[in-house]
Amino acid sequence: MSAALLLEQLLNGLQLGVMLFLMAAGLTLIFGVMGLINLAHGSLYMVGAFACAMIASATGSFWIGLAASLVAAAAAGAIVEVLVIRRLYQRDHLDQVLATFALILIFSEGTRWLFGSFPLYLDIPPLLQGAVPLPGGGQYQLYRLAVIGVGVVVAAGLYLLISRTRLGMRIRAGESDREMIAALGVDISTLYTVVFALGAALAGLAGALVGALQSVQVGMGEPVLILAFVVIVIGGIGSIKGALFGAVLVGVVDTMGRFLLPQALSLMLPASQANLVGAALASMLIYIVMALILAIRPSGLFSAQS
Amino acid sequence: MKSIAAGIFGLSLVASSLAYAEPVKIGVITTLSGGGAGLGIDMRDAFTLAMKQAGNEEIELVIEDDAQKPELAVQIAEKMIQSDKVDLMTGIIWSNLAMAVVPNVVAQDIIYLSPNAGPSALAGANCNPNYFNVAYQNDNFHEAMGQYASENYKKTFILAPNYPAGKDSLTGFKRFYKGELAGELYTQVGQTDYAAEIAQIRASGADSVFFFLPGGMGIAFMKQYAQSGVGIPVMGPSFSFSQDVLPAVGDAALGVKNSASWSKDLDNEANKKFVEAFQAEYGRLPSIYAAQSWDTANLILSALSKASVKDKEAFRAALKEADFASVRGDFEFNTNNHPIQDIYIREVIKEGDVLTNKIVATAFEDHKDAYAEQCQMQ
Repeated sequence: MSAALLLEQLLNGLQLGVMLFLMAAGLTLIFGVMGLINLAHGSLYMVGAFACAMIASATGSFWIGLAASLVAAAAAGAIVEVLVIRRLYQRDHLDQVLATFALILIFSEGTRWLFGSFPLYLDIPPLLQGAVPLPGGGQYQLYRLAVIGVGVVVAAGLYLLISRTRLGMRIRAGESDREMIAALGVDISTLYTVVFALGAALAGLAGALVGALQSVQVGMGEPVLILAFVVIVIGGIGSIKGALFGAVLVGVVDTMGRFLLPQALSLMLPASQANLVGAALASMLIYIVMALILAIRPSGLFSAQS
Repeated sequence: MKSIAAGIFGLSLVASSLAYAEPVKIGVITTLSGGGAGLGIDMRDAFTLAMKQAGNEEIELVIEDDAQKPELAVQIAEKMIQSDKVDLMTGIIWSNLAMAVVPNVVAQDIIYLSPNAGPSALAGANCNPNYFNVAYQNDNFHEAMGQYASENYKKTFILAPNYPAGKDSLTGFKRFYKGELAGELYTQVGQTDYAAEIAQIRASGADSVFFFLPGGMGIAFMKQYAQSGVGIPVMGPSFSFSQDVLPAVGDAALGVKNSASWSKDLDNEANKKFVEAFQAEYGRLPSIYAAQSWDTANLILSALSKASVKDKEAFRAALKEADFASVRGDFEFNTNNHPIQDIYIREVIKEGDVLTNKIVATAFEDHKDAYAEQCQMQ
């Protein structure tokens, strides 16, 4: 195993982590501030990807598509918040799960109705095509590096937003005591809509970025949503910092597990069996890691509540 | 819940007149939602179109969506047998779903015709007189690609998803591939990011890549592979380059060789009629799933014109004759009720703006699967 391969895999893990962070940041923010479990977060990711694919094919520019994904997902988020989610804050988590699950079905079937069941085409913009050389003689896809860059910028932007701005102050206040900030005269329902739209826009951005790399299709959000939940549970529900650490941890563990486990097992088992067992174990690995972390720190690595 | 909604959505009844004017109910379980929906929708559309063209008003279709979930497919099958009282069943795209449903269905003396999935476990010792595979045995296309790779490459890297058809795939490839393997990988079903696999391909020193990744998986892999700068030729079975995925893969697929029993340019009357009818009805080119499903429908129609579906013995014999005009040209059943057919090598080309396939060579003539000898059924 060469250093170049190891470095490439580390970057892959980091890139997956960054994507998960974009999803998990919105999810954890919404949970932290409003106490809402939003299963439809994956649908907003899909909305972002479809908006980007549609606008990019209409205008011929990925960048306009990317901007459209942010706008479309934020708008979808705001509309859903005003129409549906707002009625759920006082309800218990089971009602929220039920209602947001219904939203998944509505979004999925609605998208299928509008765009059909076949995947849409969305390509990487010409500027980011191709691969760049890595130290050690390897090569790495330029677009994935750009995705890592976007993740770092978003993480820094969120940090500044939350620690340095008035909106951030209200978000933090909302996280620690919801009734109190309403009593102090903050327009809580607008704050909720803004936070929800912000989370939705991040999911939409993730959807558009991943859409160019993978395929834009109905149902693309749900597998990512599961991982994003793992991330926020590991990171501590409500904590953006936790989401960042959790996401990178899950991304790197998952990638390295898929890469190293079959190789490690092949020292003990015949190659084809090692492959099968390794692949099966690798898909369990992040859940094992989650269980271990919860056993040691039941409220996650950086819980906002504690 | 998703299943109920999708089920109601997908539940459509199509009425269609034939020699035996008796009601026939056909249960179709296929994938109409989720990442694999493109395959199931092509299956359903071709099947309903063939039935509509036959104009038999006694045939009733019960179509339901399995959402690519084995447990859901089992429930639907049970419901179709118990409460809908279907006479025949068909439709399943995915081998893991077929493994969950088919043995149970055929054990209840319901005839099942597979329009796609052909797991090896059902082709050999566990073959069943009630189970007809109209598509292929899973290994077949991959065997053809293994043959092709032996002639053209020396060190191939192979990968497939970790499920029955994925294992059949790599087994089939290796059965005919004489060169050295640069590496062998099983990925997760439904996986969409292949960065880790591509890194290993790059490091392996392979001179070619063989992959079997149907539906959205193949789209994601091809797009990422094209951008990775690895640059060694890829090849695969037609599933990775069929008409349902080509538009989403884009030009990255151009020139890629793939293997199939059918192609839209295959020169026979039945095929011309089929491609024309499908395009006229749906405004898109048919995929291989549509072609196999069209053949399944026509096989059923041919058997219905010869025997009553209530007389199982006679109906099975009528199916076995395979007396229908296949879009694949010559078609007959082997002793294990799996096809004996030609397998071709196709190349992805561009016709105007549309990516599609054309046949460039014949890999096997009258190819039989490797498991038929283990089948005790006569």
